[in-house]
Amino acid sequence: MILQGIAFYVFAALLVASGVMVISSRNPVHSVLYLILAFFQAAGLCLLMGAEFIAMILIIVYVGAVAVLFLFVVMMLDINFRELRQGALEVLPLGGLIGLILLAELAAVVGGWIVAPGVEKLAAAPTPAITSVTNTQALGQLMYTQYVYLFQACGIVLLIAMIGAIVLTLRHREGVRKQNIGDQLARRRDEVVAIRKVSSGEGV
Amino acid sequence: MAEFFSGFLLPLIIMVLKILAITVPLLVAVAFMTYAERKIMGAMQLRQGPSLVGPFGLLQPFADGLKLFAKEQILPEGANRVVFYIAPMITFFLALVAWAVIPFDYGVVLSNINVGVLYLFAISSLGVYGIVMAGWASNSRYAFLGALRSAAQMVSYEVSMGLIIISVLLCVGSLNLTAIVHAQEKVWFAIPLFPMFIMFFISALAETNRSPFDLPEGESELVAGFMVEYSSAPFALFFLGEYANMILMSAMTSILFLGGWLSPLPFAPFTWVPGIVWFALKIAACLFTFVWVRATMPRYRYDQLMRLGWKVFLPFSLFWVVLTAGVLVTFGWLPK
Repeated sequence: MILQGIAFYVFAALLVASGVMVISSRNPVHSVLYLILAFFQAAGLCLLMGAEFIAMILIIVYVGAVAVLFLFVVMMLDINFRELRQGALEVLPLGGLIGLILLAELAAVVGGWIVAPGVEKLAAAPTPAITSVTNTQALGQLMYTQYVYLFQACGIVLLIAMIGAIVLTLRHREGVRKQNIGDQLARRRDEVVAIRKVSSGEGV
Repeated sequence: MAEFFSGFLLPLIIMVLKILAITVPLLVAVAFMTYAERKIMGAMQLRQGPSLVGPFGLLQPFADGLKLFAKEQILPEGANRVVFYIAPMITFFLALVAWAVIPFDYGVVLSNINVGVLYLFAISSLGVYGIVMAGWASNSRYAFLGALRSAAQMVSYEVSMGLIIISVLLCVGSLNLTAIVHAQEKVWFAIPLFPMFIMFFISALAETNRSPFDLPEGESELVAGFMVEYSSAPFALFFLGEYANMILMSAMTSILFLGGWLSPLPFAPFTWVPGIVWFALKIAACLFTFVWVRATMPRYRYDQLMRLGWKVFLPFSLFWVVLTAGVLVTFGWLPK
């Protein structure tokens, strides 16, 4: 138990520290690297709670795919950091004000939070105990039976987002020559090669 | 004090010994893998390969290692020092930690976790960071181009690899690697899922940046790609990491499709051989194919590589997942 306690505080402290470094480090690439570190600490916290599936998916999806694309884009930026800092000072009062308003709203929401009495009995399909099924099975049993329509709805939202992204960035350019593999494979020898006997001094 | 020793210190020592028992043979295997690669390619190209250092040139990898570590370390001007040195460490570290969940025989595994496949998949998807960070931190155009290519390549092949793994998981009903091997007692998954087996192997080639998908290094156009600025020990770490990753991918192929430690035929003369030997033989067969492909195939062009990943592998593996699920449900073969 002591080891788990120590691990919790180490993960949590590193998570907060790397979160702070994400917004305070000067180099955006370093920010993304700290963000990745933060993801790892979050995955560690999930593991401590016994949510092994969520921890692994967090690493595969966020660290393995999303953060790679972040890094990909940020690495190619060519930013003048000094200019960026000067700009930051000018908008600081406004930004601070917005931050304060958000903080107040959050405090109001969290402060007024009450869990309705007896809510546990109202749950449509309670998760089985962690000793009887594994994490993955428990999630699958809930998502693909009780909440299958909501799950499908999530999929449709993602599909629409994907189509939107493609529509926004797709442009047809004239005069672009593309390789069509099907056409190339469909060519036959006698369509493209002609063998002629050329006697010397006469040409084709 | 005695309680502290038996409750905490002793398990720690045993754990460290177990880790050493995995990593030391792995590193020796990496050393001899480089030797085997040069010998096999030599034989395929009618050359001798290394033959002077030690009997049959067997000590060549150690001579190479000694040479590499004795060389001068160079930090390029304008390079980002910390990231530059962290990158090879990450590559090497990731190639080693993945072995924590690999079962070598029944019950011979460092950590038998429920989500073993996901752990392996997560670790292999992190491999791209070592390369991208190396390319960016080197402050060199060749290195940066290599890193960009590698990022795009590894992310695209992971997607189809995930779908291939899902079609295996459908037949097993568990994410545990030991359970996956047990599910293949009747028939290895390489037979019913044959196209997936081939595609997984090709994706493994792309994932480890091996020929014919070695565009991130592409020495004909990028000198040495992302590791062009590295020398001495950091270069050696990249090198070791790449070969350890190859062995890891071969181990994954053996576990997912070739029945892990199971003997090919389930009766007497074959079952006398210990499982770990079968497992090593299967890994060696996959590694031989890695080298064979390298000696045979020309390098892919970049757009062809992307086309293969997104337009051929992804749709086909998705189709195969649906097909597998359909067959399992129709015939009532779903694992309980």
